Amino acid sequence: MGKITKQDVEYVSGLAHLTLDEETKERLVGELSEILGYMEKLNELDTSNIEPTMHALEMTNVYREDKVQPSLDRETALMNAPDSDGEYFLVPKILDTE
Amino acid sequence: MSAESYAWTAHEIRDAVTSGAVSARAVAESYLARIEACDQKVQAYVDVWAESALAQADAVDARLARGEDVGPLAGVPVGLKDLFCTKQGFTTCCSKILKGYRSPFDATVVERLADAGAVFLGKLNMDEFAMGSSTENSAVQVTRNPWNLACVPGGSSGGSAAAVAADECAFALGSDTGGSIRQPAACCGCVGLKPTYGRVSRYGLVAFASSLDQVGPLTKDVEDCALAMNVLSGRDERDSTSADLPVGDFTAALRPDAKGLRIGLPKEYFTDALGADMREKIEAAVSALEGQGAEVVEVSLPHTEYAVAVYYIICTAEASANLARFDGVRYGHRAAAAADVEELYRRTKTEGFGPEVQRRILLGTYVLSSGYYDAYYSKAQRVRSLIRKDFLDAFEQCDVIVGPTSPTPAFRLGEKTADPLEMYLSDIYTISINLAGIPAMSMPCGLTESGLPAGLQIMGKPFDEATILRVGYAYEQNRGLDMGRPAVA
Repeated sequence: MGKITKQDVEYVSGLAHLTLDEETKERLVGELSEILGYMEKLNELDTSNIEPTMHALEMTNVYREDKVQPSLDRETALMNAPDSDGEYFLVPKILDTE
Repeated sequence: MSAESYAWTAHEIRDAVTSGAVSARAVAESYLARIEACDQKVQAYVDVWAESALAQADAVDARLARGEDVGPLAGVPVGLKDLFCTKQGFTTCCSKILKGYRSPFDATVVERLADAGAVFLGKLNMDEFAMGSSTENSAVQVTRNPWNLACVPGGSSGGSAAAVAADECAFALGSDTGGSIRQPAACCGCVGLKPTYGRVSRYGLVAFASSLDQVGPLTKDVEDCALAMNVLSGRDERDSTSADLPVGDFTAALRPDAKGLRIGLPKEYFTDALGADMREKIEAAVSALEGQGAEVVEVSLPHTEYAVAVYYIICTAEASANLARFDGVRYGHRAAAAADVEELYRRTKTEGFGPEVQRRILLGTYVLSSGYYDAYYSKAQRVRSLIRKDFLDAFEQCDVIVGPTSPTPAFRLGEKTADPLEMYLSDIYTISINLAGIPAMSMPCGLTESGLPAGLQIMGKPFDEATILRVGYAYEQNRGLDMGRPAVA
C-alpha cells in the first residue's frame, strides 16, 4: 500500500470507463490518497489466521426447480432502450469491417 | 387524536379505515394536502402520485364496502425511496444515468405493501445510488430537515426520513447499506429499522453493495415499525439470499416493560467521539430502560475502530461491480454521437454518474485491481470476520446492545460536502451492523440543545428483530419526554 499517483488514477479510470479532466484527476489523487491512507489502519491487525467473510449469513447453495416461467416480452424488454429497431438494442459499431 | 389524519400513525389509520371511522380516500386526501403544504420547503418527494393514490384509496374503500379483507395496511399512505423498482412512475436512484427509467416490474416489497392495502404517495429523494450520509448527493434536489430547514435530513434515505418527520407519509421504505435508514431516522426523529441481512427480499431494490444492502421501514412509532415488518419480511424465491425462516407477528412481541432483558453498552461507542449532549440523551434512555426492569451490562466491540475502513473497501468494491451495468446500452442515459462502443460506455458513465458515485467506483475498482486485491479487499473481508465475531461474542452476555446512532445530531447543509472522509466517519456507529449482518433500529430519544433529535440505536441478534422492537416499545412507552413534531407548514 502506498500513496496513489496520477498514473494510478488514470489507470483505474480506464478500467472503470470514466473520463476525467485534469482538475478532477488532481482532486482525486488527494482524496483517494487520504481515504486509502486511512484504510492502512487495517495493517495494525494480524489476520493471517482469519477466514474472510463474503456474506454475513452462512449460506449454502440455494436450488430451485428447473421449470420454465414467463419472462419479459420483447416490447417490454426494449421499452427503456436508448436505441432499438424493435427487435434488438442498437449500439454504435463494434468491429471495423472494411 | 388530531383531526387531521396526516398526523396519525399507520396503525391508527389502519384501525380508523377498517372500522369505517374514516375513508381511505379522506386519509389519502389529507396526506396529499399535507405534501402540497410542506414539500416546497422540505423537498422530500421527487415524484408525487396524487391521482393513482386516490384510485388506490378508492379501491380499499370499495373492498371494505363489499365486506372483503382489506389487509393489515388498509389505506395507509406510504412513500418509497427512489431505488425501489415500481412499474408506476420512474425509478431513478436520483441519478442522471437513470433519468426517465421505467421499471418493467415491481420490487417484492412494493408488491407486499400493495397486497396489504397500502396507498403509494410517490417516490422520495436520496443520495445518488444511496451513496451518502446527507442526501446532498442527489442529482435531483436538496432535501431539508423538517426540524431545521438549514440542516441535512441525513442520508441516504433522507427523503424517506424527512417525509415521515413532516407527516408527508404515514411511513416510508428506505434501504440501509451502512446506516442509510438509521442515520436519517435519527437526524429526523423517526423510527428506522435495518432488518437482519436476508430478512427482507432485495428483489427490485437497485443494488449498491449486495452483501450489505437491506430494505426496511421508517415510521412514526415502534408499533408501526413492527406492523411494517410483518408485511415486508419473509422468504422470496426471487432473492436467493432471503432467509427461509419463520417470521411471526412482530406486533405481538411488543410489551411495555423490559423485565428480564439484558442490555449491553459497548464501551467503544461511548468515547470522546460522542458529543456530550448526545451521550446525556443516550444515558437517560438507558436509565429509563433500567427503570422498566432491564439489566445493564458493559460489553466490548474491540474492532469498532476498524469498521469504517473495512466498510469503505467492501462497499466500494461491490458498488464498482454493481454499477458496471449502467453503460447506456439497454436503458438509462446514453451519451449522444459516440463513434464506437468504447466511447459510448465512457461518455455515458462520465456524464451520468455524479462526483461521489464516480469517486466510489474508482475506489472500488482500485481495491479490486491486480496487485491491490489482497492488501485491501481480502484484508477487509478478514477484518469483517473479526467485527462480526465481536457482536456474536457480546451477545453471549446480553439480549440487545444499545448505543447512539450517530455521533452528532443533523449537521448543516454544505458542512461536510468538501471532505469525503469526514462524511464517511459520520457513519461510525452504524456500519459495523451491516458488516455483521445483524438487525438494528434507531429511535428518537429527545432533542439536543440545538433543538434537533437524538437517535438511540438498539442492536439485536441475527433474526431477533422481535426483541429490538420489544425494547424500543418499552422505551417509547416510558421515555417520559414528548418529542413533539417539527413545525413545518
